Amino acid sequence: MKPIIELQHLSRSFEIKRQKIKAVDDVNLTLNEGEVVCLVGESGCGKTTTGKMIANLLAPTGGRILFRGKDINQMNSEDRRKHRMSVQMIHQDPYASLNPAHTIYDIISAPLRHHKITQDEKATYKRVIELLELVDLTPPEDLLDKFPHQLSGGQRQRVSVARAITVQPTYIVADEAVSMVDVSIRISLLKMMTRLKDKLGMSFLFITHDLALAKYFAWEGRIGVMYLGRLVEIAPSRQLVEQPQHPYTKVLLSAIPEADPERTRSKQRIELRSMDVPSLLRLPGGCSFHPRCPYFDGEKCENVVPELTYFTDSSAVACHPVQAQRQAELAHAPSGTRSGPEAGKYDRS
Amino acid sequence: MSEKPISGNAVLSVRNLTIEYRARRGKVQAVRNVSFDVQRGEVLALIGESGSGKTTVSLGLVQLLPGNASITAGKIVYQRRDSATGQLKITSVLELKPSELRAFRWAECAMVFQSALNALNPVLKISEQFGDTAAAHGYLHGKALAERSADLLKLVRLDPDRVWKAYPHELSGGMRQRVLIALSLLLEPQLIIMDEPTTALDILTQRNIMDVLNALRKQLDFSLIFISHDLSLAAELADRVATMYAGIIVELSSVHTIFMNPHHPYTIGLINAVPTLAGTKDELVSIPGQPPDLIDLPTGCKFHPRCPLVEERCRREEPPLEDIAPNHSVACWRWRDARSALKAYEVKTQ
Repeated sequence: MKPIIELQHLSRSFEIKRQKIKAVDDVNLTLNEGEVVCLVGESGCGKTTTGKMIANLLAPTGGRILFRGKDINQMNSEDRRKHRMSVQMIHQDPYASLNPAHTIYDIISAPLRHHKITQDEKATYKRVIELLELVDLTPPEDLLDKFPHQLSGGQRQRVSVARAITVQPTYIVADEAVSMVDVSIRISLLKMMTRLKDKLGMSFLFITHDLALAKYFAWEGRIGVMYLGRLVEIAPSRQLVEQPQHPYTKVLLSAIPEADPERTRSKQRIELRSMDVPSLLRLPGGCSFHPRCPYFDGEKCENVVPELTYFTDSSAVACHPVQAQRQAELAHAPSGTRSGPEAGKYDRS
Repeated sequence: MSEKPISGNAVLSVRNLTIEYRARRGKVQAVRNVSFDVQRGEVLALIGESGSGKTTVSLGLVQLLPGNASITAGKIVYQRRDSATGQLKITSVLELKPSELRAFRWAECAMVFQSALNALNPVLKISEQFGDTAAAHGYLHGKALAERSADLLKLVRLDPDRVWKAYPHELSGGMRQRVLIALSLLLEPQLIIMDEPTTALDILTQRNIMDVLNALRKQLDFSLIFISHDLSLAAELADRVATMYAGIIVELSSVHTIFMNPHHPYTIGLINAVPTLAGTKDELVSIPGQPPDLIDLPTGCKFHPRCPLVEERCRREEPPLEDIAPNHSVACWRWRDARSALKAYEVKTQ
């Protein structure tokens, strides 16, 4: 698989009241062409910040993002323009992300005109119809003159998807794209996006807090789990759900209630050492999960930040006890996710 | 429609409850003809999508509906057996005078809302929130109240020393939600209504609240109406589940039956639409179409425009909620073959 996006020591901190908050801290990850990767984690884990940096809506404060080998924050204006079209974002709230004063036709035709993708009004109209059909809004003619408030949540989110693909992106960042939509129609939205991905050859970063949804959407892809700004585990989706390695992933999976009364009531729960979520302002030293970790193993966990380490089964885990236990299965990291002595090489001067 | 008699064991009996909202476009028929019982010590989950009427029902039960809503029909009967004399006290909630209603709320029926931050007064310490509630109902005060509250806070796994003198903003979302649960238990109500109590919370915090609720049920004697759009929470907590669609209950049964042997096409569709951790990829199907406009409801069965099993009769006549087995009622003309017919339909469309 060819890498399309490489995150190298990616970090982002914010300053609030003169205090520094590390929202994303040293994330290394390679996203491949045609691949679906889901980022999961609880609120404040940095998954949305990571998504925004990939979509170039937010600049990193450390490390870099390569798009097809080029640093997206060092591009000349022509490359940057192209890059902005190649990566599109679908936002969570279709009630806030569509201009309420514009008709559906206005919303979808604007990028076509702005980027001169269609040459005249007739071609624009034809393309808008095509796009609406692609996202299963049929018959498209009925929707053209409607305003967002006249559409249901599901229909609005389809309009957002149609708008995102007007500029023929190669990469889509979808941030909680179905969480505001009723459960009965989520699956049809996800199926539509999967179909578009295959048809238009796009790759996806799908950000969600719902692991079951992540497993479904990234069936052939990977799931990455973030905790307090760090990527703590990434593995092929089904493998991650069935054989989680990182204690945080295990705790999360054991905590999720399931829509099956017998299974959910007999599920083995893993208890945390502490229920308190550390503040992002005062992150614990070493592994930031150590104060809550059921596998806590003394000094090393308290003092040394565990690196994300790849194993032969293509999982990667940032946890000292797991790494010690699986010493024999260590593997080389895929390109772009080098760590260790080479780490300093990519630091910005 | 014939009305089920009210049994002495039920804490709450709702019969033919109908609630409308006035809107500019017309009348919003939010709840129509809803009947159910809540037994002593039981957890009843109301599940459904947004606009199905589940929150409106719960607000109707404690008469906290907004000004543009009116209860146009039905009755709500609340019963409490005096522990000393064994006598049954029957209250008709809709006929209570305002002062009686104020006493009824919280002392008999407490409510835990979705957003715990909005439910707690931001300028009052937790101790004052408990104090105000107790004073309003002429309950304990002073040291006795502090002791009782500390016990309740311990029950919901909070440290009373940390929480008692804190303001709501000093607590995390999960802690506030647990404070609210402790507060709801203060006056020993027989019935607690929880509207999406874990929706805005993270997975691990949600797990903590669910564990607290499960533990409380074992220790205390109260009934719970649990409102959620999340099927998995209902699966975990409920004894019985009512599925709501377009303002009516379309299926009502034990949690086991609802999840393992549902008979209404909407319940079946809802369960098939939710991805699970253990599930495979092919089982999942969305329900086609979208929920109806509550101002301009479809004729006949309100689910018929989205139902794959629709027949002529479904378009004409609305099916009543009928008992198809002991403790299992369904509102569907085709409940007999819904399961097998839907399976055949899925195979055909794939």
